[in-house]
Amino acid sequence: MSDLEELYREILLDHYRSPRNAGHVPGATHSADGANPLCGDAVHLELTLDGDGRIAGIAFSGHGCSISQASSSLMTEYVKGRDADAALAAVGDFQRMMIEGDPPPAADFGDLEALAGVAKFPVRVKCASLAWKTLEQALADKRGASAAVTTDERSL
Amino acid sequence: MSTRDWDQDAIRRDFPILRREVNGKPLVYLDNAATSQKPVQVIAELTRYYRDYNANIHRGVHTLSQEATAAYEGARARVAAFIGARAPEEIVFTRNATEAINLVAHSYGRAFLEAGDEVVITELEHHSNIVPWQLLRDQHGVVLRYVPMCDDGTLDMAEARRIIGPRTKLLAITQMSNALGTIVPVAELAALAHQHGAVVLVDGAQSVPHLPTDVAALGADFLVFSAHKMLGPTGVGVLWARSELLEAMPPFLAGGDMILTVSMERSTWNAVPYKFEAGTPNIADVIAFGAALDYLAALGMDAVRRHERELLGVAVDRLAAVPGITLYGPADLDARGGVVSFGLDGIHPHDIGQVLDGAGVAIRAGHHCAQPVMQHLGIAATARASFYLYNTPAEVDALVAAVHDAVRFFGRVRV
Repeated sequence: MSDLEELYREILLDHYRSPRNAGHVPGATHSADGANPLCGDAVHLELTLDGDGRIAGIAFSGHGCSISQASSSLMTEYVKGRDADAALAAVGDFQRMMIEGDPPPAADFGDLEALAGVAKFPVRVKCASLAWKTLEQALADKRGASAAVTTDERSL
Repeated sequence: MSTRDWDQDAIRRDFPILRREVNGKPLVYLDNAATSQKPVQVIAELTRYYRDYNANIHRGVHTLSQEATAAYEGARARVAAFIGARAPEEIVFTRNATEAINLVAHSYGRAFLEAGDEVVITELEHHSNIVPWQLLRDQHGVVLRYVPMCDDGTLDMAEARRIIGPRTKLLAITQMSNALGTIVPVAELAALAHQHGAVVLVDGAQSVPHLPTDVAALGADFLVFSAHKMLGPTGVGVLWARSELLEAMPPFLAGGDMILTVSMERSTWNAVPYKFEAGTPNIADVIAFGAALDYLAALGMDAVRRHERELLGVAVDRLAAVPGITLYGPADLDARGGVVSFGLDGIHPHDIGQVLDGAGVAIRAGHHCAQPVMQHLGIAATARASFYLYNTPAEVDALVAAVHDAVRFFGRVRV
């Protein structure tokens, strides 16, 4: 497999051309925007956490290269239905795969493995990471929300 | 200086980097609008300074300092000659063209513009000729107006004639768009601005490396450009200004070398251009820039332009036949520098750039620090190939072949 074929695995191009979970989540509880100012890639992420802290719904919109779009699509597919803490742990696993070139965690990374080849292309790592950093940002709202609750309690 | 014959092989031999391979393929360097490669003459001049006469300038009585001062000031004289300035004193060395624009916005802008005065720029500008004026607007109260571009990448001249008027105090325009290659009719716009008593700053970062330049013919009051885009080292920019303006302007940065006398209460300024060159300047790179100018002058800028115009014609003709391609920029290639900005249906410019890199072809993919241009065209980015004097028709062939490869590569998955 050539370097290029390793970077652009069939599964990635498939997600690029027909992204999963593209669009919006009606009544989303959390959202975040991510951007790569240098390339102009932009992703807007919306998700809903249910009462058990699970990601019940998630969708993304925006524009960018095949790697950033495929990574957004694969990320949403992977975290949908998972616990928010498990999703945050996956952000860490993914970043280690990108930055340290670690092998994908054995568990159930599934199609996300296809992004492992990106680690060889340092300038594209930020394209692949954008959706994940945005997810991390969106879930950081959880603490923001609890902080708001604290303020409300004090104002009582 | 008499010009040398255009011997393409000899020119290429002067650029050692062109012999290297990238991803197992011969390097085809087509990112010249970002920065140019350097000939051995420039590299040798740089090392000669450090090896033979490294010293600080303008202060030593010792031999090395005198030699370094003579070389540094010699480079200033070559810059002046290269652009038709009246005297070397009209040349101020900065870090880059961006710093030169900031110098004018800060020094001239704050001293000679008042709240409500209009600064006119264009939609075609590089961010470096937008943001300093936005800062001046926010901090000093000038009004910032834009001459719009047309969809073909040319400037809307009817709008220019409407916008440039009695309230215009400064016109700051690019002579060549870095994103699209558009050559802007600067002389005509400068004449218009001068009728209304405005001063004119020309951003020559893209034009001075590729077109013959004569500041008198341009009708500019300020001209800025960067050494690294014209065979010189990074870290050197040029501000040319009419000496009356430089005399009248207050200093930008303050410190050593720019003063005449300093007491604990006050200081007086050195003569121009030294008033604007605070601290130890980039001596080595300025000296090496002189060698770059000698190289360009020996070839002749008319010949450089002819060569790039030829490559541009071949590239546009052949790329136009690629399925799904959109070519941006003026259709009149005589009004365009050696820049081809393009997109491919369903393939993001970064992905085009990646496939081309795999073929050893270096291009730029992105918004080219000209986001207003991208916004006008309704796109986030383009792929951009830009030529220089060492590029060849065979390299244009390599570009076109790699673009076809990209189309095939991304066409393999169809939904």
